[in-house]
Amino acid sequence: MNIIENLEKEQMRLDIPDFKAGDTVKVHARIKEGDKERIQVFQGAVIRRRKGTTGATFTVRKISYGIGVERIFPLHSPSIDKIEIVSRGKVRQGRLYYLRKLRGKAARIKEKRM
Amino acid sequence: MVKNIYCKKLGMTRYFLEEGKSFPVTILKVGPCVVIQKKTKERDGYEAIQVGFEPQKEQRINKPLQGHYKAAGDRFFKNLREIKVENADEFELGQEIKADIFSIGDMVHVTGLSKGRGFAGVMKRWNFSGGRKTHGSRAHRVPGSIGASATPGRVYKGRKMPGHMGNKQVTTKNLKILDVRPEMDIIALKGAVPGSRNSIIEISKIEVN
Repeated sequence: MNIIENLEKEQMRLDIPDFKAGDTVKVHARIKEGDKERIQVFQGAVIRRRKGTTGATFTVRKISYGIGVERIFPLHSPSIDKIEIVSRGKVRQGRLYYLRKLRGKAARIKEKRM
Repeated sequence: MVKNIYCKKLGMTRYFLEEGKSFPVTILKVGPCVVIQKKTKERDGYEAIQVGFEPQKEQRINKPLQGHYKAAGDRFFKNLREIKVENADEFELGQEIKADIFSIGDMVHVTGLSKGRGFAGVMKRWNFSGGRKTHGSRAHRVPGSIGASATPGRVYKGRKMPGHMGNKQVTTKNLKILDVRPEMDIIALKGAVPGSRNSIIEISKIEVN
């Protein structure tokens, strides 16, 4: 098992900032179109972080033109250019699925006082 | 040159490769296989090398086998297997066969003993759809009819029925090698291979045109 853990450590990224569910993040994702590469920014609230080594993922939710959009990113994927933290949220749960039922003002996340 | 080698399945993980794509990989510990005996056409009727794999303490091995191992050196192994080769005289006793016979991008066939499932029903064993769970049905997981009546008056041979599943030799073909680490005796194959963790697996390199 130890060998696999070591191999996974090589695959993992160490430049990922520490963020939690409830935080608002900007994910800079690399997108390849033909042979051109560009960076797309996806900004929204982190509604869950799945733990794991190389298999860890996180889900970002945003409201785009009135429609809720969720994107799941593998945390250690090389297609993520960088992750910026916009704000820290004050939440009581680790998984914010209740946001899916809420609209508008009710779907805001209180900002954490540092 | 050897094309086959014995490995131990260590487990699975994922690799992120080009463009951020992620692949399921199986990590195998390759050998090192040590040549214990050479089988030649003149003496044995076929050309092969006998290799030992996975080191073992001397005291755990019985006396006759100890002598057999000592003929090739002073190393003892848990397993003895044969690898077919074209000319056994190319090899020397005590020679190690390691992961560096493979390179990234090679295609291999993988043979192992599949996980035993015990006595399995037809739904698990043959993917039958079973019966309804509700609406008065009492045939939940049963096979249903297994044939006609007086003609033919018997059940045809080969009828898919419940029985022992798994724990038999399975070959998975055309797996690609995604990583080779000769210093760690490790290779990574794309996809799954038969068997449980720590089971012994034979991989053989194939020619791709």
